[in-house]
Amino acid sequence: MTTRIVELRQGILKKNDELARGLRTQFEEAGVLVLNLVSSPGTGKTEFLQRTLKELVNSGKKAAALVGDLETDNDARRLAASGAPVRQINTHGICHLEAEMISRHLEGWNLAELDYLFIENVGNLVCPSSYDLGEKIRVALLSVTEGEDKPLKYPTLYNSADVAVITKVDIADAVGFDRAAALKNIKEIRPGIRIFETSAKTGVGMPEWLAYLAQTKSKSS
Amino acid sequence: MHELSIVASIVDSVTETLAAYPGATVKEVRLRVGALASVIEDSLQFCYGIAIEGTRLAGSTLVVKVIPVRMHCEKCAREVEISSLQSFRCPRCDEPLSEMLQGRELEIESIEIDEVEEPV
Repeated sequence: MTTRIVELRQGILKKNDELARGLRTQFEEAGVLVLNLVSSPGTGKTEFLQRTLKELVNSGKKAAALVGDLETDNDARRLAASGAPVRQINTHGICHLEAEMISRHLEGWNLAELDYLFIENVGNLVCPSSYDLGEKIRVALLSVTEGEDKPLKYPTLYNSADVAVITKVDIADAVGFDRAAALKNIKEIRPGIRIFETSAKTGVGMPEWLAYLAQTKSKSS
Repeated sequence: MHELSIVASIVDSVTETLAAYPGATVKEVRLRVGALASVIEDSLQFCYGIAIEGTRLAGSTLVVKVIPVRMHCEKCAREVEISSLQSFRCPRCDEPLSEMLQGRELEIESIEIDEVEEPV
């Protein structure tokens, strides 16, 4: 009997990472800007995305969305009201989206015709941060009702984000939202991150967000 | 919560590697897990015990080495270790840091196996 150490030095999520790399190349070649939206359940990802899609569609842009949930196609139906093509991904119990699910749900879509593709991840502040979906921009959302210290409690997710969006600012006063503390906490976890303060209901902050999208899109294609 | 899918990937990768070592038994599977990898060791260990049953990894131990977050501080022109995940600042000069050098790892480093020697 001999004991032997076999070196593997292998990423555990290697398969996902390889698939995500392939998707990223595919997205870049097609000239579509892909964003992955992550937050806890109830932050208002769907409402925010619905408004974003509607405004993009109204301004003549081609945008589409993939939306992940454990069950139901409620969110896809809500988002489809914007006029953009939308597909629901039901993970049936899995707490995050994986690159393979994205790849499977893109079948039949001509990516080259799209300007933007939004991926609304499953509402969860832990697991989605480990899974690369091939996106260019990871957007972390935080609503004013959630508590300003959420970025400190879930540093892994906020630290992996490229931009942050604060949602539901129209009710900030009513819920006693401490804006300064929230901004400070996000910046403490992700120094230099761009933060958008928005309300999908009133439209506050949406012009800045849309301008950012247009700018990022023109830079990347 | 996603530790079970992570453990399932570990079992797949190790099983693939073991194909080159027929008859070998696995004693240890060693991981490198970054402090920012959003993986909890207790949960990994719990899932591991379940996932290896009936596989060639049955009876093996999972060893998790935690990799601290290290970042580059431009002001100090050196690599620094971040001890608290509540603040990504240089522990020497308090400058906010954004260039991560390590801390997100999620890898299988090695496995320790017992091989039965081939009869000559």
